[in-house]
Amino acid sequence: MSGTIEVERHEAEAVNSAKLRQPLYTARRKIFPKRASGSYRSFKWLVMAVTLGIYYLTPWLRWDRGPHAPDQAVLVDLANRRFYFFFIEIWPQEFFLVAGLLVMAGLGLFLVTSTVGRAWCGYTCPQTVWVDLFLVVERAVEGDRNARIKLDQAPWSARKLGLRLAKHAIWIAIAVATGGAWIFYFADAPTLFVELFTAQAAPVAYITVAILTATTYTFGGLMREQVCTYMCPWPRIQAAMLDEHSLTVTYNDWRGEPRSRHAKRAQAQGIATGDCVDCNACVVVCPMGIDIRDGQQLECITCALCIDACDGVMDKLGRERGLISYATLADYNANMALATGNGAHAIEPAKVRDAGGALSEAVAHFHLRKIFRPRTFIYFGGWALVGLMLIYGLVTRDRLEMNVLHDRNPQFVVLSDGSIRNGYTVKLLNKVPEVRTVLVSLHDLPGATMNVVGIDLPDSVSVPVTLEPDRTKSLKIYVRQPRELGAGGVQALRFTVEDRSTLEAADYTTSFESPE
Amino acid sequence: MSDKKIDDVTGISTTGHEWDGIRELDNPMPRWWLWTFYATIVWALAYTIAYPAWPLISSATNGMLGYSSRAELRTELDGAVAARADYAAAVAAAPVEDIIADEALRQFATSAGAAAFKVNCVQCHGSGAAGSAGYPNLNDDEWLWGGTPEDIRVTIAHGIRFEADGETRFSEMPAFGGMLGRDEVTALATHVKALGEGGDLSGPGAELFANNCASCHGEAGKGDITLGAPDLTDAIWLYGSTSADIAAQIRAPRHGVMPGWIDRLGETTVKELTVYVHSLGGGQ
Repeated sequence: MSGTIEVERHEAEAVNSAKLRQPLYTARRKIFPKRASGSYRSFKWLVMAVTLGIYYLTPWLRWDRGPHAPDQAVLVDLANRRFYFFFIEIWPQEFFLVAGLLVMAGLGLFLVTSTVGRAWCGYTCPQTVWVDLFLVVERAVEGDRNARIKLDQAPWSARKLGLRLAKHAIWIAIAVATGGAWIFYFADAPTLFVELFTAQAAPVAYITVAILTATTYTFGGLMREQVCTYMCPWPRIQAAMLDEHSLTVTYNDWRGEPRSRHAKRAQAQGIATGDCVDCNACVVVCPMGIDIRDGQQLECITCALCIDACDGVMDKLGRERGLISYATLADYNANMALATGNGAHAIEPAKVRDAGGALSEAVAHFHLRKIFRPRTFIYFGGWALVGLMLIYGLVTRDRLEMNVLHDRNPQFVVLSDGSIRNGYTVKLLNKVPEVRTVLVSLHDLPGATMNVVGIDLPDSVSVPVTLEPDRTKSLKIYVRQPRELGAGGVQALRFTVEDRSTLEAADYTTSFESPE
Repeated sequence: MSDKKIDDVTGISTTGHEWDGIRELDNPMPRWWLWTFYATIVWALAYTIAYPAWPLISSATNGMLGYSSRAELRTELDGAVAARADYAAAVAAAPVEDIIADEALRQFATSAGAAAFKVNCVQCHGSGAAGSAGYPNLNDDEWLWGGTPEDIRVTIAHGIRFEADGETRFSEMPAFGGMLGRDEVTALATHVKALGEGGDLSGPGAELFANNCASCHGEAGKGDITLGAPDLTDAIWLYGSTSADIAAQIRAPRHGVMPGWIDRLGETTVKELTVYVHSLGGGQ
């Protein structure tokens, strides 16, 4: 067989293909994905490194905020109800900003899905990333696909036990590290790290680590593709957001069919053959256990590893890449129409490529301008609008605020000289991590003066108050109005607070009660 | 009778139950579900052994762990007491003035006093301490027996006209209804009302006041806290400010009674109540 190009063939069946699909209560059939290599695989390594790096390392970044605030760049301080993100500090009442981020994430998902399909699923979803990581371990310990199948079918032996123990031990170590990294977002990471290993951390820390260890190990190591197929709502939602111009991983059967394992012989006999040599390379690399040649399927997370596998085979055969490729439904349909004469006959490979294998010029290819269509503009517009609103909200938010609660019981007190006194609880919110002195003043009530409990000053209309850094200060303020200056009934009263060094100010209008 | 058969579509046997032509497949339960079910049974048995569970004639089994919700509450209450032990000890050791001067102690004592007030004092003084006719408003700045922290503490500790306590505050205004005639009482009431609101102070009531009232309430009617005699010139009237109210009080005075709390609440709680009452706005 000199001169024949050798392509490795795999005897493989896609365990999750429609024809093999089993009842839901039967045991899962294991998938042994083979290692793929190619540009998409390389890109996925990069994405994995970046996303895992962000997840594991972020809590260790420092960010100096002065002596009155923690120096951890990203910190969810539940005990003190503060959220720190680099230069941003968020109080609980500003949490709508985070809700806005969630809206942006949702719209961003629409945008990405309508252009490049289920890219979230294939590249960045934690489930995908951690399963990928667990598969790296599995391959390193047990070998690639064939070795793993052999091991799985072999009877229990010391070697099998040793390999399995090693694999699960490494998986659990990764799972512990994953659960461990999570809690560092909620406390000072270096301190908690020491506490964690000296049995001094809070029970909730250990419980959280235990739960996340269990979920990581179970989802990433044991359940894998079942999480995507059975548990996750995303595939259903995302599938609904695809349209005919969205990129999806597509088997281009208009040039692949009729597939043949013996193309040379068939051609010698005058039988037309497509580019697919039925080597099953796309099937054995699939982490979801499907055969992409069956068409678009709910299980497909568009990880594009089958593209890498197929491109490698096409290269060996000297044919154009892209038998499996990212393609839009519109392009696919156009090419299919070309190959079948608008459905008049079965696929004729000669209509889309010449004898040398070069594709016809009439074949449609994806063009970048197809990304720009009304749907994507609307998504991007909504996404950008929410983003601008958030930036505006963040930039213009108040860092000095005041809330006033008027005493209801009693509503007013008559004093011995006949003047009327009302009580107020005034809350001053100093949202910057610095000590500052502010001036609290009283307005709009004729003749009224106030005094602040705990601040020993004569009655006046303004009182200087020192605020603790990054804290709310609660003042009890008594306002009194001489009888002869009062209008009786309910009068308006305004408190103001101002920081004269930064020119920040806030005010609050409330009421002053007196007898009719 | 059930009629088991094999379902044509799925090839699975049915349970024989049929409703309007819809038959139930006899699929096995998922294993994880079944094992979870067994685990809950084991758990339930273990639980009833470990914890109080089985009812007996007059009580129930105690369980091997000896748990009781009452003991758990006791533990939590003890924990709360222990958690504030430092502050409570500081309050017990310090005079009331020092507690008020120390911000942290004052906040602790105010909170504790507010809680004690809600249990022991609101029945007469009201939940906002604003009182009502016959029950003094503790928010204002008039104090029959003095408004300094120490005055307030003594009043709370020993009460007013509380016979069970030898150190109680005591005063008694005579009933002038038997000594003065109807017109004299009216004239006196008119004079007293004029003391506060302004008006003619040269009427017949002036002499009556000097002869009968000034010994306790003072020449100018400013009262005397050492005797518990109210200031008659201000805007605050415990039993009402109309001429009729004043006349009634002259004829047959009502005398409120407040119990002393030192024996029931103890020194520390009385101090906390003092700090709270003093903080209501009228403390001196």
